[in-house]
Amino acid sequence: MKKRYLFMLLAVVAMIISACSDSTGSTADDGDEKGGKKTLVFGRGADSIQLDPSKVTDGESIYVTNQIYDTLVRYEEENTEVKAALATDWDVSDDGLVWTFQLRDDVKFHDGTDFAADDVVFNFERWTTSAEFVYYGYMFGASEEDMGGIIEKVEATGDYEVQITLSEPNAPFLQTLAMPPFGIASPEAVEEHGDDYFKNPVGTGPFIFKEWVADDSITVTKNEDYFGEVAKVDEVIFRVIPDNGARFMELQAGTIDLMTGLNPQDISTAEGDDALQIIRRPSMNVAYMAMNTDKEGPLSDKRVRQAINMAVNKEELIALYEGIGKEAKNPIPPSLWGYNDDIEAYPFDVEKAKALLAEAGYADGFDITLNTFSNPRPYMPQPKVTAQAIAEMLKAVNINVEIIESDWDTHLTLTENGEHDMAFLGWTGDNGDPDNFMYVLLDKDNATVGSAGNIAFYKSDKLHDLLKAAQVEMDQDKRTELYLEAQEVIHEDAPWLPIAHTTPPLAASSSIADYIPHPTGSEPFNLLDMKE
Amino acid sequence: MIKYISRRLLMLIPVLIGVSILAFSLIHLVPGDPARSILGEKATKDQLEALQEELGLNDPYYVQYGRFLGDILQGNLGESIQSKESIGVELIQKLPATIELAVFAMLVAVIVGVIAGVIAAVKQYSWFDNMSMTAALFGVSMPIFWLGLMMIWLFSVTFDILPPSGRLTAGVELHTITNFYLIDSILTGNWLAFKDSLSHILMPGLALATIPMAIIARMTRSSMLEVMRQDYIRTANAKGLKKTIIIFQHALKNASLPVLTVIGLQFGLLLGGAVLTETIFSWPGIGRYVYLAVLGRDYPVVQSTILIIAIIFVLVNLITDILYKYLDPRIKFE
Amino acid sequence: MSLQPISTPDIQTQETKQAKSKSLWIEALFRLLKSKTSVIGLIIITILIITAILAPIIATHDPTTQSIPNRYQAPSGEHWLGTDELGRDIFSRIVYGTQISIRIGLIAVGISMVIGVTLGAIAGYFGRWVDQIIMRIIDIMMAFPSILLAIALVAVLGPSLTNAMIAVGIVGVPQFARIVRSAVLSVKETEFIEAARAIGGKHGRILFRHVLPNSMAPIIVQATLGIGTAILDAAGLSFLGLGAQPPTPEWGAMLSDGRAAIQNAPWVVAFPGVAIFLFVLGFNLFGDGLRDALDPKLKQ
Repeated sequence: MKKRYLFMLLAVVAMIISACSDSTGSTADDGDEKGGKKTLVFGRGADSIQLDPSKVTDGESIYVTNQIYDTLVRYEEENTEVKAALATDWDVSDDGLVWTFQLRDDVKFHDGTDFAADDVVFNFERWTTSAEFVYYGYMFGASEEDMGGIIEKVEATGDYEVQITLSEPNAPFLQTLAMPPFGIASPEAVEEHGDDYFKNPVGTGPFIFKEWVADDSITVTKNEDYFGEVAKVDEVIFRVIPDNGARFMELQAGTIDLMTGLNPQDISTAEGDDALQIIRRPSMNVAYMAMNTDKEGPLSDKRVRQAINMAVNKEELIALYEGIGKEAKNPIPPSLWGYNDDIEAYPFDVEKAKALLAEAGYADGFDITLNTFSNPRPYMPQPKVTAQAIAEMLKAVNINVEIIESDWDTHLTLTENGEHDMAFLGWTGDNGDPDNFMYVLLDKDNATVGSAGNIAFYKSDKLHDLLKAAQVEMDQDKRTELYLEAQEVIHEDAPWLPIAHTTPPLAASSSIADYIPHPTGSEPFNLLDMKE
Repeated sequence: MIKYISRRLLMLIPVLIGVSILAFSLIHLVPGDPARSILGEKATKDQLEALQEELGLNDPYYVQYGRFLGDILQGNLGESIQSKESIGVELIQKLPATIELAVFAMLVAVIVGVIAGVIAAVKQYSWFDNMSMTAALFGVSMPIFWLGLMMIWLFSVTFDILPPSGRLTAGVELHTITNFYLIDSILTGNWLAFKDSLSHILMPGLALATIPMAIIARMTRSSMLEVMRQDYIRTANAKGLKKTIIIFQHALKNASLPVLTVIGLQFGLLLGGAVLTETIFSWPGIGRYVYLAVLGRDYPVVQSTILIIAIIFVLVNLITDILYKYLDPRIKFE
Repeated sequence: MSLQPISTPDIQTQETKQAKSKSLWIEALFRLLKSKTSVIGLIIITILIITAILAPIIATHDPTTQSIPNRYQAPSGEHWLGTDELGRDIFSRIVYGTQISIRIGLIAVGISMVIGVTLGAIAGYFGRWVDQIIMRIIDIMMAFPSILLAIALVAVLGPSLTNAMIAVGIVGVPQFARIVRSAVLSVKETEFIEAARAIGGKHGRILFRHVLPNSMAPIIVQATLGIGTAILDAAGLSFLGLGAQPPTPEWGAMLSDGRAAIQNAPWVVAFPGVAIFLFVLGFNLFGDGLRDALDPKLKQ
């Protein structure tokens, strides 16, 4: 009698579970092949903020806009060399100030309007109308007084010819134009939708925007009339699954086909599974621990910073990356031109570190804080764990580290205001130019409290001169020389503990073929195919 | 009765104003800058200042609060500063997700809890009584986020029979009407979507049901015992009525009062307390929505959503109070 | 906390009440020890306290010493409960975590109790507009979803274990205030309080020496049960990264940090959860027993 209730309950539960579980199995298959359509379901951790690439900086927005928009020029599939896109040809005047672009005459926007030189002018002008166009301001030095920055004027010199005049030479200019934020939008759609344009994006790219369900999914469909390589899959659904572990389980269950943000711990599981594959994105990033040289105290002493570099066992530290990271010794990744491989990393040597500390007057060590953030970043999959590991290592040289963990936004505010002693941060390159690493992250121009990119607040005139010279130099060999020297200066002064360059892993179903992840963090999916 | 309800509704006004002030001041006290969290690490100081001005963040607090209150009174919940989406539109998506989860959890809790409680009381000191009351004690002591993770480990990782996250498998099409997926799939006769969304709600629903289930089982048992000892049940018993009829007609009706109170209180907790469950199961509801808004300094989202949750909470409480009085004629409406 | 109400020889009427209540307390103690569940709860709590005190002796390893090459080791003779993401011994971390959990429980409940009892007692004793204002504030706090209130408070104060304790403490205030208010209301009109007032006793003195001690039973019960709730809430905050900072071996934080490895090393998540569960269970069992013992009417 008594047991009967329990059995009844168990039976009901079992029935419900089995009824449900078989549905998940069957739907997975239905989802992929309904009507012979090839649908790629892409799993990621957060939703896009806006689908207007000129206004956003988050990778999740760029992931989608990369499918919808084209830029004047674009990057090669595997590196940041520049090739033709909407522009077929270009040249620059001898003084490096006037760039002329020849445009394609066979391109239509997704809304059916024709693409021509006027549309390019429209877009450039639009980007100077408000501070909301973050990347424009940041790449071209726009300010409230001068919204154009180094771009003096943009004019249509023919139906399919555009001329851009700069106020000073800018070596990375072409590379910069290939960045996704400078995707060309349909002027008609921009005007029609006004403030709502960000949810009704219209470009010329390989996929056409279809639907956006906030925090859930974004769907784009194949553009049959694409001027480049027409996409092989019919539809891409970007699905938000916030938790890394849960997203991986969805991949294992077959309900998604491709995912970013894999927990490093899950790599071995994926590698052991025949139905899955790991695809590594080439590295163009750096993770580092900045030491605030501006604060009075031990960190303002170069010897202390060097000692910290020697006290950290990077080989062990890198083990925490579970095979997706390489030890860093320079601020720029080895894949970038201008990388100085002659620099010898500080050796892991506790005794030498102690000696240096003693020399600086800190034989008994000191107390210090280390700011870290809670959410994993592509260059640092386990920020909290990495912080603990470093803290424990520094104990050996009597440096007592207190860890302060904040959410990402707070972390940025704290560090740019210089409220930290030591802090983790990292950088993913935007345009494949060393300037985009060293000037942004280590020049004294960017060490202003309140908006610092240089959160070590490292101010070296020697470095500044080198970086400034490299910015206006148009000859690549000469620029390389300057950057090689710049890295030596940085190494000697040790404002950072460079930690790692990662190859952020993507996990995919083994049916995914011809997928080439781009070092800048995202890419159009038109080359990607799905096999049976 | 109408007088009582209108008096209670009137008393809610100061409470809700208090909630809105508390929500407003707390979120504005959080250090950090919404402009920075929108523009990211690559924005310049100029861009930040321009955006702060545009968002009205430089106005005095009382002006900002006044604006918020004015909007609310016109039925305008404002716009998320992160996504630029109207909060009303977002809540139409997310509120049903949370309510569906909470109602599902409450149904499980009430059905299992009441049945277990009644049986335990009728068979006092029996094997079932001991087992279920121990289980109930375990239930109230359970960290539900841990329980959720363990369920995922067991049912999704080890046995791979339930989906670990979300409300619906990607690719399963569902025409939404109410945004309650279980209801929508029934309304549209979409059996596949029904099974799929049921399989998704099962784990988070059970995890969330644990604590109220345990409390309801214990309350039902003790109030049943009290009622069963009373004279009229003994009389009924003596009259030779069938035992089951006695239990269900008399005892259960009386025992329903305390249980109702628990349901009212717990339902409010389920709404707000779903933060952890929604985080673990990636359930796109309002708990997670507000939590992320706090982290992203999305002032309007935090203010409006907390106010909405508070309104639901106080209304649910009011309804339970009214039902309570309706079911128990001994209590008078003052 | 002493179970004995403070004796006050200066009021005659109190004497008899005192004697009566003393025997009530003793009776309650007997009832408590007769109940199987509360004894089990008491045993669990005692074991936890001993573990906390003797942590350095019981632990097999240092709780913060890491060994990166040995991360994610399965439970073994060397590491009874395995190792975590930095190769630290999980058993030793759980043992040391007991100290932290006890501290969280006591401090958080202490905060709720001090504020809640004061507010509740003032509201109940003075009544009228004082009562109205205080109870409306309590209503506002109750209408505010509690975990969101805690999250917002920690966001304001900055994430740390201390701030998590403060937040959890504040969230628990309404419970105490309501319980104490109704207890005070029921005691207030009794003869001996009226007598105290009649002979010109000051409000504060009457409140704290006569009214409160006689409302002690529900406060004690709520405090015991509150410790369990406080631990759950604090662990939840730590789970969201808003509580204890690394490398503190707080159970909720341990569980949260191990989450990424749930497929490969489930023990990192499983054991801290068991620890939280046992801790809360202990206080719930004991608190339950206390309630039954102190309020014979509810005893079935």
